[in-house]
Amino acid sequence: MIASRIRSAGLTALLLAGATACGAAPTTATPSGSGSAAGVDARTAASAADFGGLDKLVEAAKKEGKLHVIALPPDWANYGKIIEAFTAKYGIEIESETPDASSADEINAVKTRKGQDRAPDVLDIGQSFAISGAAEGLFAPYKVQTWDKIPGNQKEPGGLWFNDYGGYVSIGCDAKKIAKCPETFADLLKPEYKGKVALNGNPTKSGSAFAGVYAAALANGGSFDDIQPGLDFFKKLKETGNFNPVETTPATIEKGETQISIDWDYNNAAYAPKMAEKGLDWKTVIPTDGKYFQLYAQAINKDAPHPAAARLWQEFLYSPEGQNLYLGGFARPVLLPAMKADGSVDKAAEANLPPVEGEPTFPTEAQVNKAKEVLAGGWGAAVAG
Amino acid sequence: MTTTDAGTAVRGGGRARTGSWPAALPLLAFMALAFGIPALALLLGAFTVRDPQTRLSSFSTANVVESLRGAYLTTLLSSVRLSALVAVAGAVLGTLLAQAVVTSRFRALRESVLTASGVLANFGGVPLAFIWIATLGNSGVVTTALGLGSGVLYNFWGLALVYMYFSVPLMVLVVTPALDGLRPQWREAAHNSGATTWQFWRHVGVPVLTPALLGGVVLLFGGAFAAYATAAAMVGSTVPLVTLQIADALTGDVLIGHENIALALSLDMIVIAVLVMAVYLPLQRRSSRWLR
Repeated sequence: MIASRIRSAGLTALLLAGATACGAAPTTATPSGSGSAAGVDARTAASAADFGGLDKLVEAAKKEGKLHVIALPPDWANYGKIIEAFTAKYGIEIESETPDASSADEINAVKTRKGQDRAPDVLDIGQSFAISGAAEGLFAPYKVQTWDKIPGNQKEPGGLWFNDYGGYVSIGCDAKKIAKCPETFADLLKPEYKGKVALNGNPTKSGSAFAGVYAAALANGGSFDDIQPGLDFFKKLKETGNFNPVETTPATIEKGETQISIDWDYNNAAYAPKMAEKGLDWKTVIPTDGKYFQLYAQAINKDAPHPAAARLWQEFLYSPEGQNLYLGGFARPVLLPAMKADGSVDKAAEANLPPVEGEPTFPTEAQVNKAKEVLAGGWGAAVAG
Repeated sequence: MTTTDAGTAVRGGGRARTGSWPAALPLLAFMALAFGIPALALLLGAFTVRDPQTRLSSFSTANVVESLRGAYLTTLLSSVRLSALVAVAGAVLGTLLAQAVVTSRFRALRESVLTASGVLANFGGVPLAFIWIATLGNSGVVTTALGLGSGVLYNFWGLALVYMYFSVPLMVLVVTPALDGLRPQWREAAHNSGATTWQFWRHVGVPVLTPALLGGVVLLFGGAFAAYATAAAMVGSTVPLVTLQIADALTGDVLIGHENIALALSLDMIVIAVLVMAVYLPLQRRSSRWLR
């Protein structure tokens, strides 16, 4: 799910090599029948009710005792704490492997590690990977207990995937080094930001950077149908010398390599407390001229080696506790509106979110796919040099 | 260098035929396993198109055509341009350095330069990128000290500079044995016959060195052409490079279903590498007999 960190290609190679190497070895996975104590096969259970209630699901998951996940960075949307909380609550060990892997890596792992104990049980993936993965038949349908509260356009009707959390494209800025932090995309073109404006990754590879270009398009007369103005914006940014090709990571921020960074608000906001310790004043604003909101999706691997634990993990993520943990990491959980309504939201955490006005709107799958094609063809030309 | 082997092969051509070829079987088997199978998979994949709706595969040249158009072509050409620049500049600088060391009277200098070259020639990847980022990056030591502003390093020329860091030492290693092979007697003979230094190099030195020089250029080209980690860590997508493009198409959060184009790009890379080798091999054979 996370994007193009430097290592991701190496990681892919590792994943593939690992998968190939283990393909020959006999696996110890004997996943079937884990739920059979309750008379259910956990692999086909489509809701907690199929187990005979949440307690029975917990029982079956505890029997499996393990959950295998990849691509969950501890500093992304609070996954570090979420994993800790899950293990503390149910005593189920979580093997979190290659946290910086990408959505494509996750899908690859599902395909290449079929039948192995090391296959990912659950996936946290970009929206389009959820849709294509569902079409390929890689996921098991499952409806969490709070299913009805998830907005209709945020889930696959059969439960093959459902959105978990999301955020707005935001501009992070080190107020210690930048006299006046930019607040809009238009600001970014000002001469005072020469060589400073960075993206979190390469937009042909990283979901957050892609969103940054989409947001720039919206800010410059583009629309969900037309990402070209976003490319033009970055071309202009490059020509004025403001574009900084370094891909943002916490390390580049700390070292001052990337003093202004376009990234998800939950990343930028989460960097602030850590950077404060290092003497930086990392500020996050959601640009008023280019608001772009996007959610990631959860899915269960159809061949999950720990099918009951995978389902319990989903129940946990979509419980108020799990959703508030996302919120604690500055991500906006999909159930946030519902939880605001019923009062189960963690108000302190909600108050910490960077403020934004208006309701988010979403591009359709077709619009996103078209935008990606345009981007793949035009990005290199826009920023090359 | 392999010049010695090639030289023997040319003179003693008969021996290769009488040799027992089964001795090469382990090597051939290894080649088939380590290169043949991946190459075959790559070839098949590059010519396979998968329909996103029906999920049926069919043979087609669409990927290869796509890989030679638009943005993909730009990355290929940019990679070739960078590699050629690094190869030629690296070869020139490396040869001058090696010549200086070879003719030097200080043995310690020679030993230390060669040892350092051996280490530096293998110094690439992310650590190399980080050393340069720390030196010339936006907040690098030199950048800050000299007030160079940002963006000095993160462009085509910056990347070429960083690649030189491992290319020049590699060239020194490749060309030093060849320079050693230039017998002092040849130079003396040339001078005694009234040749100037320029004439010596023009008619004796450079022709004899040609295979080693070309070999070095090919090696440097290949090294720069295939480099990935340094560029990925340093410039991201700002300098379009085919290796980075392949990674984008294979893994990431954005593009779906571009895997076979990545294979087609890899195929393009192989073709370019073969073409470069094809220029080098005949020339190498022609003049290698002098250096033994």
